[in-house]
Amino acid sequence: MRKSWWKILCVILLLYTFIGGLLMDVPRLPALSETIRNLYFHVCMWFGMMILFSVSVVYAIRYLRSNKLADDIYSRHYAAVGIVFGVLGYATGAIWMSYTWADPNNSSFQSFGAVAREPKLIGAAIALLIYFAYMVLSDSISDIDKRARITAVYNIFAFALLFPTIWIIPRILPSLHPGGENGNPALDTKDIDSRMRLVFYPAVIGWTLLGVWITSLKIRLSLLKEKRLLQ
Amino acid sequence: MRSNGRIYVVVAVVVLILLGLFLYLVRLDKKISRLEKNSS
Repeated sequence: MRKSWWKILCVILLLYTFIGGLLMDVPRLPALSETIRNLYFHVCMWFGMMILFSVSVVYAIRYLRSNKLADDIYSRHYAAVGIVFGVLGYATGAIWMSYTWADPNNSSFQSFGAVAREPKLIGAAIALLIYFAYMVLSDSISDIDKRARITAVYNIFAFALLFPTIWIIPRILPSLHPGGENGNPALDTKDIDSRMRLVFYPAVIGWTLLGVWITSLKIRLSLLKEKRLLQ
Repeated sequence: MRSNGRIYVVVAVVVLILLGLFLYLVRLDKKISRLEKNSS
């Protein structure tokens, strides 16, 4: 184990997230009721994804400036784990919305038609597909230096597209997803209940640290492999 | 009120799964550290 204080912090914060997140009181709004506890899990997946993609693009820019292959490895693995978080966020969102957005008077098939037009879902799907293409691109180029350079440039492009697809367009179109005309509900201190902030902020940090931990393992393995190739 | 709903059972299950995942990560971490020591 290397530099383990933040790994211990990650374990403590996530244990607190699960215990506090399931047991502490939450406001019961109509339709949402206790499902608002998903804020500590579903929303944190997207926060983690956003932070991991941001780290990834920083390393991509660093690679373009330095031409060190280690920076390329860092960038690729941060993006890969970011995709895992994004897919988990999407899948958990699918479960959550099918119990809160779906009209109980319609069959689930009919309400699917309404939910599938949701701009936040389409935007998030586009953003994730752009990052899937990043993975396909990096696996399809065999020359190491060329691959590193092209994927670093593509990474910047993909990161730039995150903002219109998941932040801007879903907020200017009418949407069932929170965060339309009324700003950002999870971060707005006047909107989120103060009891929930006690769990939400530690949860974001804990989940992100877990992502960083997994990424660091992947990076160390990949650096080992690279070293073996050079010898 | 909470103990009627038996939510504690769910908390116990979820925490156990979480601890199992952490144990797995720690073991992986240690294995990779050993590999790094051997290769240098």
